[in-house]
Amino acid sequence: MLESLDGTSTLLRLAMRRDRWLLPAWSLGLAAMAGFSASATANLYPDLTGRVEAAEAVNATPSLVALYGRIYDPTSLGSLALIKLTAFGAAMVAVLMVVITVRHTRAEEAANRLELLGAGVVGRDAPLAAALSLTIGASVILGILTAIALIGAGLPAAGSVAFGLGWAGAGIVFAAVAAVAAQVTTGSRAAVGLGVVGVGVAYLLRAAGDTPDSGPTLLTWLSPIGWTQQVRPYAGDRFAILVFPVLFAVSMMAIAFALRARRDLGAGLLADRPGPAHGGIGTSWGLALRLNGGVLAAWAGGIVFFGVLVGSLTSSVSDMLDSPAMQDFFIALGGERAMVDAFLAAELTILGSIVAAYGISAAGHLHAEESAGHAEMILATSTSRWRWATSHLAFALGGVALLMLLAGLAVGVGHALDVGDSSKMGELVLASLARVPAAWVLTALVMAVFGWAPRLTGLVWGVFAALVVLVELGALWELPQWLVDVSPFVHSPKLPGVADVLVPLTALTVVAVLLAAIGYVGLRRRDLPA
Amino acid sequence: MTIVEPIEHCRSPCAEYSDRVTLSGSPSELAIEARGVVKTFGRTTALAGLDLVVEPGEVHGFLGPNGAGKTTMLRILLGLVRIDAGTVLVRGGDPWRDTTAIHSRLAYVPGDVSLWPNLSGGEVIDLLSRLQGGHDAVRRDRYLELFDLDPTKKCRTYSRGNRQKIALISALATDADLYLLDEPTAGLDPLKEAAFRACVSELRDEGRTILLSSHILSEAEALSDRVTIIRDGRVVESGTLDQLRHLTRTSVTAEVAAVPPGLGQIDGVHDLIVEDHRISAQVEPRGLDALMEALSESGIRSLISQPPTLEELFLRHYGATTPPIG
Repeated sequence: MLESLDGTSTLLRLAMRRDRWLLPAWSLGLAAMAGFSASATANLYPDLTGRVEAAEAVNATPSLVALYGRIYDPTSLGSLALIKLTAFGAAMVAVLMVVITVRHTRAEEAANRLELLGAGVVGRDAPLAAALSLTIGASVILGILTAIALIGAGLPAAGSVAFGLGWAGAGIVFAAVAAVAAQVTTGSRAAVGLGVVGVGVAYLLRAAGDTPDSGPTLLTWLSPIGWTQQVRPYAGDRFAILVFPVLFAVSMMAIAFALRARRDLGAGLLADRPGPAHGGIGTSWGLALRLNGGVLAAWAGGIVFFGVLVGSLTSSVSDMLDSPAMQDFFIALGGERAMVDAFLAAELTILGSIVAAYGISAAGHLHAEESAGHAEMILATSTSRWRWATSHLAFALGGVALLMLLAGLAVGVGHALDVGDSSKMGELVLASLARVPAAWVLTALVMAVFGWAPRLTGLVWGVFAALVVLVELGALWELPQWLVDVSPFVHSPKLPGVADVLVPLTALTVVAVLLAAIGYVGLRRRDLPA
Repeated sequence: MTIVEPIEHCRSPCAEYSDRVTLSGSPSELAIEARGVVKTFGRTTALAGLDLVVEPGEVHGFLGPNGAGKTTMLRILLGLVRIDAGTVLVRGGDPWRDTTAIHSRLAYVPGDVSLWPNLSGGEVIDLLSRLQGGHDAVRRDRYLELFDLDPTKKCRTYSRGNRQKIALISALATDADLYLLDEPTAGLDPLKEAAFRACVSELRDEGRTILLSSHILSEAEALSDRVTIIRDGRVVESGTLDQLRHLTRTSVTAEVAAVPPGLGQIDGVHDLIVEDHRISAQVEPRGLDALMEALSESGIRSLISQPPTLEELFLRHYGATTPPIG
């Protein structure tokens, strides 16, 4: 065995000990989600005709194809049942593996804990090898659990295995991507950010590749999430496609180990440059801007890219209306304009959920600052708790609003470039901003939890995932409406188009304000650091 | 802000000091006055009725072994942690309620200095002193030079000692009345430690108050006017160094012409070792007279007597084998 891998098994056991709740909970949750969807669909569409109709309706709706992908065999129950979960679930698995890989590599290194371990008999490559062993193993186990759940729900075994392995492939690919990201950056947040951006780009590539009527195009084949879909479970079970994720992951891992060999412990790829001898930051606001500004700028770049891309897909929506039969169908639904609006509204809703993730992450900075001991230094000065918390929370809330403004502009620009008409710009900006209050509710929820139980702040991510799933799958699972209504995203007006605006936006804003106020009360009362 | 009346449940040492302040008619209030402070974290009791009185203008050593509750007490004084029982006044105000008012003339060095990894040292120093409201570029540059710190490096590249220097410089460069220093010399080399001591003396000469938490006894001994020694969240000793030394034994080494008999029987003489003409012993104050008399009768050739160090105080209070002081 290579000397540089000494201690890998010990580190792997340590990692498994640390993740003994996180990994099983997420793996079982995702597998159960797939199983429920399968059995719910079987109940919803007991006969073949109903299934084929539903599948063809999905394939004929560009916004759904962009979001979820195509159903490659309309007669297959499994294909229809898992349409929402193939790409979307693969993205969730991918994000999970990014977080866990970074958690055991760059995060440990940045916290100087790897230095402590490195003093023992631990080879240079052991931490990375242990983290990748964990995430690859977890991806495979998650895939097997999912296959078992699907077979248990009554779907064919071959397709179920294909589906599970498709998810596992996405997990392994993004574990390897995160391993590279962890070598390049010096901070763990930046590494996670880079990995998640990778997931986002992969999702977008396949959305752009799937949407044209001729799809899947080359763009789909460039996307690891596209590969997961092109395995086509229950519609051909093309196991050979799994070679793509395996080869890609192996080459990314080789790059990660090569980069690791070139750098010192604790360093990124680039050496730290000297900073200013005198600082210009003099307030907690300035500090919040300095600490979070770079991340916000990166998000802004990603959102603008996504927005322009989504906006420019609108003409392919209109292309669908070529056949007279389809035209009749859509006119019955409200015409071409209504179709385009529905497509844009669906995309803006997705952007709103993604931006809510920014809000959660930015507000979560409060907890990060507290547990790192930075908050103590700030609060020992004349800065009050109120002021300190407000500087970060306002940055998070303001960042959400700014990102949605940019999203609206970007979708508008993409749409204008696509159809050669910029008259929809204002409407799209307002429609995008209408998603802000729902994202604020999640941001303020972080503040509420942080105020009372800071150690549970990370659970808001679980709540976020549950709410997104609730919206996506609530109808399919036939969940009671009151439960689906728990999600703030349900209440965002479905603009552009016709929707009630004033009442839901006011209500969402009030809820956000209340949650933030609850957080402030708790923060004022508790010990710090808790 | 007013002088606080001594409270009924107040225990001995503090009553003495607050009396003194009131009797001497000093117009200034106590810098810190904490009585019967109780703080529990879940089932762990961090502070079990702690008293701490710091007079204005003094350097007060706050001593105790790891986990004694020193950092918790400092966080209480900063209004970061809330007390379960007792009273705490910092510069006459309640640190939990009047936090920012109290902080306006206060500087703090945390025990565990953690800095923003992507900010430069200079940026952090300027940020903290600006937030404190007492940014003084001249003082800052002087201390940078004194502690020999390069402010252009990113904080993630600083060693532990250099991170400590950043916290120290930020605090020292602040124009404050009260300095709370939690193990401030951790990680400093001896040269910088000496520089730090000089800084503290200077602050004291300027009439500022310093609470110096430490387990480095020589440091507290060299700098402190008074000390409070705590263990398991309780005060075990409090007073001036002289007062505390009464409680302990003087180490005596002597060479005599002829060793007198019966030295071991003298009340208050311990650990007697006799080698030819050389004797050494640990002597309680009540045994000193009798021992000196006996020795001088037998012709002293040389005599070394050393006052107890805080190490010895500590060993007596915290050593597993020594009996507790009554």
